[in-house]
Amino acid sequence: MARLGDVAAKVRSKNAGPFTVTLDVFFNSIEDYEEYAGRLSCESLAELYRLDPADIHRFELPDLMAIKFSIPRSVVQGGRLDRDMHGAQLAILCEEVDLEWKNSCFQD
Amino acid sequence: MGFEAEALRRGLAAKPDIICIDGGSTDSGPFYLGSGTSKYSRASTKSEWQVLMQARAEANVPLVVGSAGTCGTDSMVNWMFEITSEIAKELGQKLSVATVKSSQSPEQVVKAWQAGNLDPLANAPELTETEIEGCNNIVALAGVEQILAALETGAEIVVAGRTTDTAVIAALPIQNGEHPGAAWHGAKIAECGALCTTHPMSGVVLVEFDDTGFAVEPMAKNARCTPRSVSAHMLYENANPFVLPEPGGFLDVTEAKYMELSDRCVRVTGSSWTSSEQYTVKLEGAGTGGYRAMMIAILRDQRYVKNSQAWSERLVAFLRSEIASRLKCSPDSFDIEIRLVGVNAALGDLETRTGTPAEIGAMFLASAETQALANEIAKIANPFLLHFPLTDNEELPTFAFPFSPAEVELGRQYEFCINHTMVLDKPMDAFKLDVIRV
Repeated sequence: MARLGDVAAKVRSKNAGPFTVTLDVFFNSIEDYEEYAGRLSCESLAELYRLDPADIHRFELPDLMAIKFSIPRSVVQGGRLDRDMHGAQLAILCEEVDLEWKNSCFQD
Repeated sequence: MGFEAEALRRGLAAKPDIICIDGGSTDSGPFYLGSGTSKYSRASTKSEWQVLMQARAEANVPLVVGSAGTCGTDSMVNWMFEITSEIAKELGQKLSVATVKSSQSPEQVVKAWQAGNLDPLANAPELTETEIEGCNNIVALAGVEQILAALETGAEIVVAGRTTDTAVIAALPIQNGEHPGAAWHGAKIAECGALCTTHPMSGVVLVEFDDTGFAVEPMAKNARCTPRSVSAHMLYENANPFVLPEPGGFLDVTEAKYMELSDRCVRVTGSSWTSSEQYTVKLEGAGTGGYRAMMIAILRDQRYVKNSQAWSERLVAFLRSEIASRLKCSPDSFDIEIRLVGVNAALGDLETRTGTPAEIGAMFLASAETQALANEIAKIANPFLLHFPLTDNEELPTFAFPFSPAEVELGRQYEFCINHTMVLDKPMDAFKLDVIRV
């Protein structure tokens, strides 16, 4: 069962200020980028992170063979309920997405 | 994280016009801004700053640090100034030091708020006057104008409070009339030192600006800049990889071209800068979020490991009423939770993986208005965290407490509460420039 992390060169996330987390998926080739990046939509990310798709910003960077999402933090960085000060573990959820998960994160 | 001495030596040999370093971030959490203290140890800061002060003397060019002491409050500018004076004395250097102070009084920010001069940025929290007044520290992020004002005094060293990551580097090329898009873009690429190279830990990069673009090259011999390593840095900790708002305008790199000049140097052209009609600076603020105490119990017994979620829910429900009754207070006047390390402590409800780990850390957190109350709550919870059974009719378990006392004071908690821009009539309105001879 292949996961996004198996075909991506790197899946990473980090705070972009205390109120936003930004998530980057880098691919190894333009073929992989074309195969997978288009299937990662704001809606699929919203489902994974339980957010409103309207709050998610999506950027396509074919020159870098990368796709980027900026999502609002559900809890403000370092607040009482925050569990991950740097927001770097959020990427793991995306990295572990099953490529066969057709009706969810990966939409045809 | 430091930098390689050899990379710095090679940088000096290239005869730079200025040495710049960004010293801060909000990334380490609200504690540093809230308390006005540094994340980094004084000893580490002093030893690295001493090397840079020696490099400055050798190169005979200005040395600039922005966002002094992580959070860039006035207290941290004073702290960094004190370290600078100490080193100057030890090295026998006679210097003129300019300080730029970025702290804002809550009263001034409330006035700006009332005048309609604050605008929310993306995902900004709801702001009220009470919240502004409740901030322990508010800083405005200085830009190129404030750094230039400090450099124009002829100071050899500039210690700036909170500043945008880029402004310390962009200031001089803009002053020299180089391409403004290139100045800001090159500054953005170099703001994390060698993070835009293949060898991030080496620290030092050299950026050459001209009237059409910039070139960036790592100073460590075993590091390389590639079009990919350089352009990818626009994604790093940046919500938008194309457009970067800065005081007085925005950088747009949509049309930027990255060209390999050699196997280690990249030239970039095509970035643009657009000045805004109003001069705005970003504000950051942190206020207090009460006090916390923590305990950790480790569950190794496989029955408890398998049923840890049910166990912790049962325990928290029991403790809420037990604590309220023993303290004779409302359950709303404090907060407790247990995070299960080994289950979902990092991701909470978003976690998708399940399994049975060898052991689980039950991290108990008590939050209250005072440290004494948070400690008291932890002490009430202590025997239950140690012995609470999964069902009523069974022998009491005893989990592993890894230290004594089991309760750990986490101290005062802070929360970021401002993510707004503030309109200024003149760039220096929210900042204070001083020049001191040491």
